[in-house]
Amino acid sequence: MNTINLFLKIWRQPGPNMQGNFEIYEAKDISTEMSFLEMIDVVNEQLTLNGKEPIAFDHDCREGICGMCGAMVNGYAHGQEKGTTLCQLHMRHFSDHDTIVIEPWRARAFPIIKDLVVDRSAFDRIIQSGGYISVNTGGAPDANSILIDQRAVESAMDAAACIGCGACVAACPNASAMLFMSAKVSHLALLPQGRPEAAKRVIAMLNQMNTLGFGNCSNEAECEAACPKSISITHIARMNREFFKASFFSDEK
Amino acid sequence: MQLDAKIPSGALEQKWNNHCFELKLVNPANKRKFHIIVVGTGLAGSSASASLAELGYQVSTFCIQDSPRRAHSIAAQGGINAAKNYQNDGDSIFRLFYDTIKGGDFRAREANVYRLAQLSTNIIDHCVAQGIPFAREYGGQLANRSFGGAQVSRTFYARGQTGQQLLLGAYSALSRQIAANKVTFYSRRELLDIVLINGQARGIVVRNLVTGHIESYAADAVVLATGGYVNIFYLSTNAMACNVTATYRAYKRGALFANPCFTQIHPTCIPVHGTYQSKLTLMSESLRNDGRVWVPKNPNDNRTPDQIPEAERDYFLERKYPAFGNLVPRDVASRSAKQMCDQGYGVGSTKLAVYLDFEDAIKRDGKSAIEKKYGNLFQMYEKITGVDPYENPMMIYPAPHYSMGGLWVDYNLMSTIDGLFVLGEANFSDHGANRLGASALMQGLADGYFVIPYTIGGYLASTSIQKLSNEHPCFKDAEKQSSDMINALISINGKRTAFDFHRQLGRILWDACGMAREEKRMETAQHQIAELKDEFYKNLCIPGSPSTFNQSLEKAMRVADFLDFAQLMLEDAITRKESCGCHLNEAYQTPENEPLRDDEHFCHVAAWEYTGENTSPKRHIEPLSFENVKLSQRSYK
Ligand SMILES: Cc1cc2nc3c(=O)[nH]c(=O)nc-3n(C[C@H](O)[C@H](O)[C@H](O)COP(=O)(O)OP(=O)(O)OC[C@H]3O[C@@H](n4cnc5c(N)ncnc54)[C@H](O)[C@@H]3O)c2cc1C
Ligand code: FES
Repeated sequence: MNTINLFLKIWRQPGPNMQGNFEIYEAKDISTEMSFLEMIDVVNEQLTLNGKEPIAFDHDCREGICGMCGAMVNGYAHGQEKGTTLCQLHMRHFSDHDTIVIEPWRARAFPIIKDLVVDRSAFDRIIQSGGYISVNTGGAPDANSILIDQRAVESAMDAAACIGCGACVAACPNASAMLFMSAKVSHLALLPQGRPEAAKRVIAMLNQMNTLGFGNCSNEAECEAACPKSISITHIARMNREFFKASFFSDEK
Repeated sequence: MQLDAKIPSGALEQKWNNHCFELKLVNPANKRKFHIIVVGTGLAGSSASASLAELGYQVSTFCIQDSPRRAHSIAAQGGINAAKNYQNDGDSIFRLFYDTIKGGDFRAREANVYRLAQLSTNIIDHCVAQGIPFAREYGGQLANRSFGGAQVSRTFYARGQTGQQLLLGAYSALSRQIAANKVTFYSRRELLDIVLINGQARGIVVRNLVTGHIESYAADAVVLATGGYVNIFYLSTNAMACNVTATYRAYKRGALFANPCFTQIHPTCIPVHGTYQSKLTLMSESLRNDGRVWVPKNPNDNRTPDQIPEAERDYFLERKYPAFGNLVPRDVASRSAKQMCDQGYGVGSTKLAVYLDFEDAIKRDGKSAIEKKYGNLFQMYEKITGVDPYENPMMIYPAPHYSMGGLWVDYNLMSTIDGLFVLGEANFSDHGANRLGASALMQGLADGYFVIPYTIGGYLASTSIQKLSNEHPCFKDAEKQSSDMINALISINGKRTAFDFHRQLGRILWDACGMAREEKRMETAQHQIAELKDEFYKNLCIPGSPSTFNQSLEKAMRVADFLDFAQLMLEDAITRKESCGCHLNEAYQTPENEPLRDDEHFCHVAAWEYTGENTSPKRHIEPLSFENVKLSQRSYK
């Protein structure tokens, strides 16, 4: 088994709206089999035993699906590996004596709670504004009574794979939430069940996004590059089409 | 205490319908006067919150994570069962019921399981209406795959992300109700206590994980949907925050805990590779549709898999269980893999692994077909191990995965505390001693969408509930007890982290009460854990203050409850002197090493009552009777 020694330059901030700064820690004898978060675990155990507060970071599933983890690693959201969440990033991608700079997501809409932990509830509020199909429990017709083109479902699934981690916002120079939002708009717009509310949905979600402190999209495509689920910016294009259709051909405001 | 499961009378097929008719109703205008607390936003909690709010109840919903969408249900991969018989392969409600009862080794209630099978079809209808992108055939119809313990194809799926898609469906329904102000949502809250007044569950105490404040909330009824507890083993497929705290605190307040020793070890997980490891990753059971499990025929064979010719491979599941082959239930597959490794046939550097091989499937169907079905799982495997599973067989080993045990509930999903309902993995109700694949998602959603909306109405309509708020002294008392407990932990000021205690607890429990259990080992483990607990309260180290965001404190509180709960698990395992499903007591096996049940003495649910910090818990039983299926030795040959 290979081990490496690293320096970590990590953002420490004791609480919301407080002064933060970078601190440097040594991470010694790190097995290259470890995940990035397991590496931080090791550093945290050391910090704790030395009477210091461990680095706060969000995480839960540790297999790339819950969307809880995330940090900027050397300037890249979730690190430089393509299609990878921070918990899936493994230390075999680093070399002995590397210095790794680790920062929280930086965006006005995602205020810092502590160290690497940020508040992403703005994403929930975007979904609350229309990211659903309005059906109550009970009374649905037989599932096979709605036939759906396999290709449409596959594209819908590509969009629905979004884990809501916020990497797209963190990677965007304007801190825009367009990729996140378009993924939901696109998923539902591609399915017949989602059509009745399509116009209302896209307008409501865009309006909501604009009130939450996210920036605008200027086609930088950084979001797509950072997305751990490789969600394509073609969904942004589809959302824009949905928006124009809604604005010109529907009564929705 | 007499346990009354309140199973409705009448024929099996009619019980639920009759019951729904007989349950009292709350009229629409009165519903908004009732306030219900739901703890947990997994499939069970989110679906319950949304459905109750749609009916008009006022709902407050809580979870640990920053968003409801992150509940551990999100990680479910393979699929969800439903008795739709879309494949015309002989499926029916009765067959799903039968498979589930048999899969659970005849330790679940017939009436509950039948209802689950009945409701399974409504779930799929509802989920499609919500826009869940289930896989489809070219003609536009829904596709199915097979799961263990069944000979029909009844599992619906959305690539390898079925749990994610189902949870996002329930989350969007919940979001709609939050926007409509019918649900008040509280994120980053951890339940610490249930507040009882006049014997009824009337609210909860939580810690606000951001501010550290202890808060309490009052309601007319409380629903727990806080998931399972196999994280007690330290290494498991569960997410890091999965805990027993919520259900254990309810147990301490008087809810009986049923079958705590029924824990499932899943056969196909990425093997352990180091002591620093924080969790194990599941490779979905659906992979056994196409993957073949094998080990070399010669023990201690150190050749790479490609050097081992076909004739020198032992496809041991196909050999031992020709009727079900690689799709035997999980307990059977896990035990077989363990036996092969114990006998020296294991592969890889630790020799604690077997192969799961896709070579034949790729030859037969082509790489792109396999990629379409399992692409994200293959990718996950490669990310973790650095090995490409299209080129090399996967290496897998069993890992703790699911808890069939949980709080005891009656047919209405109410615990032994009035007004405290328990849904999803947190209850014990439907899976007996072994859960079949793709049934947990089904159960969580059946409980939340289709059972609780009826049964909680019956409770609220027929019970007199006094109006009160969290100013009531019982709330203040409970808040103080929680604060005191936190302060006690913080002031230990020792030298060992909660992680480290947890790791040791997990190892002890895995050796004594994992896939194979033996009385002496379990008794030794009880002593070891008692000592470990002693040390915990003398030598625990929690840096930082309790009145801030403090993940070390969160962890320590969960470990404190795991240490206590481990004793209950062991006690239950020692007392159940038989083998059934996942509970394999080495003293009770058939000549072929299959679990040997003792129906004469143990055809019952064991439900444990808390009697105090230093006294033994009391064991109650709920006898199980089988009127619609015949009790028999399970066979998958
Ligand atoms: C990797 C993996 C794959 C799986 N694949 C499948 C599959 O393919 N098919 C299948 O049927 N099943 C599968 N399962 C099992 C299934 O996912 C779970 O049993 C099910 O999702 C549990 O749902 P739940 O709603 O009961 O609980 P969870 O989804 O675990 O949700 C628990 C909720 O309770 C909250 N909570 C917990 N404790 C507290 C507390 N103390 N205070 C406040 N809130 C609390 C959490 O925040 C969370 O919101 C899989 C499980 C795993 C681990
Ligand atoms: S911890 Fe769940 S995605 Fe990383």
